[in-house]
Amino acid sequence: MSETIGDTGAVRPAGAGASSSAGTGSARANGLPARARPAGDDLVIAGRMLHSRLLLGTGGFPSLAILAEAIAASGSELVTVALRRLDPATRGSLIDVLDEAGVGILPNTAGCFTARDAVITARLAREAFETDWIKLEVIGDEDTLMPDAPELLRAAEELVDDGFVVLPYTNDDPVLARRLADVGCAAVMPLGSPIGSGMGIRNPYNLALIRDAVEVPLVLDAGIGTASDAALAMELGCDAVLAASAISRAEDPVRMARAIRAAVEAGRLARGAGRIPRRTYATPSTPEQGLPDFG
Amino acid sequence: MIRLNGADSDVAAGETVAELLARMDLSPQARGVAVAVDGEVVPRARWGSFTLAEDARVEVLTAMQGG
Repeated sequence: MSETIGDTGAVRPAGAGASSSAGTGSARANGLPARARPAGDDLVIAGRMLHSRLLLGTGGFPSLAILAEAIAASGSELVTVALRRLDPATRGSLIDVLDEAGVGILPNTAGCFTARDAVITARLAREAFETDWIKLEVIGDEDTLMPDAPELLRAAEELVDDGFVVLPYTNDDPVLARRLADVGCAAVMPLGSPIGSGMGIRNPYNLALIRDAVEVPLVLDAGIGTASDAALAMELGCDAVLAASAISRAEDPVRMARAIRAAVEAGRLARGAGRIPRRTYATPSTPEQGLPDFG
Repeated sequence: MIRLNGADSDVAAGETVAELLARMDLSPQARGVAVAVDGEVVPRARWGSFTLAEDARVEVLTAMQGG
């Protein structure tokens, strides 16, 4: 449920950011419901409760040992995996690592360019991992890895009809996000910038519009480069962040996992706290009343 | 010739999916494994009974780091 207007920090349409006494604005005074968001602020997707609002992609880690350490450092409870041809030389261990970490598996359809391929891959993932959850990716272009909107929507509809819990990787397009939610997707996962680009959130205004457009959980799915990007996503109203390359390809993946975890928590708190509106001119934080006159 | 994961194989027509998997040291309970034949999912429950045709294209897939 979208509890506040998407806040890019710009002036909001109504009832928001009313000027209150400097420094002590209460939650009620700025038009937001008074609600604390301490620990216990769980994310619920399709009835499943997640304590962590950071989803972790497993691609790109230099080793399974570092992946395991990064999972622990991230606090994530749900991690993505891909399905690929079995190579007898390397099989088995990834699942064992994830089992040992006690995390849930979110299979993806990475590498699919058509709705048909994505649907078959989702069904294979359901067989392999005994989960109805699928991170749906239908890619339209090899260079940008941007989603193919018509194929994505078609695949989403078919998979929802087939009983899947569908989490689609989508463009930062509020209309497409709404269409995906309308066909029954359990969440929408817009990109901030191209997969693996580390360019952060290129269009925060669209993300805020998506926040307003859908009531299902909103997960930022691509483009995170470092901790501040994750904090911004949460401040803009995302319910969670999925980070992969930002962590796995960092110089120190385990430390970056810890950093992005903290950023997600900070951004969530800040969102709930209700930021002050941006203003062009200064507003004194010290009262002018009682100012002495030194003649 | 049966194709296995994109390569020619010496798997004979008439073998079941379970027999093919056994050649790869995979038991019917193998975790994180899925099989498609000619673009269709073969559910685990049918691995023992599903026989491969002469020109079957078999994909045996498993978990890999990604996403």
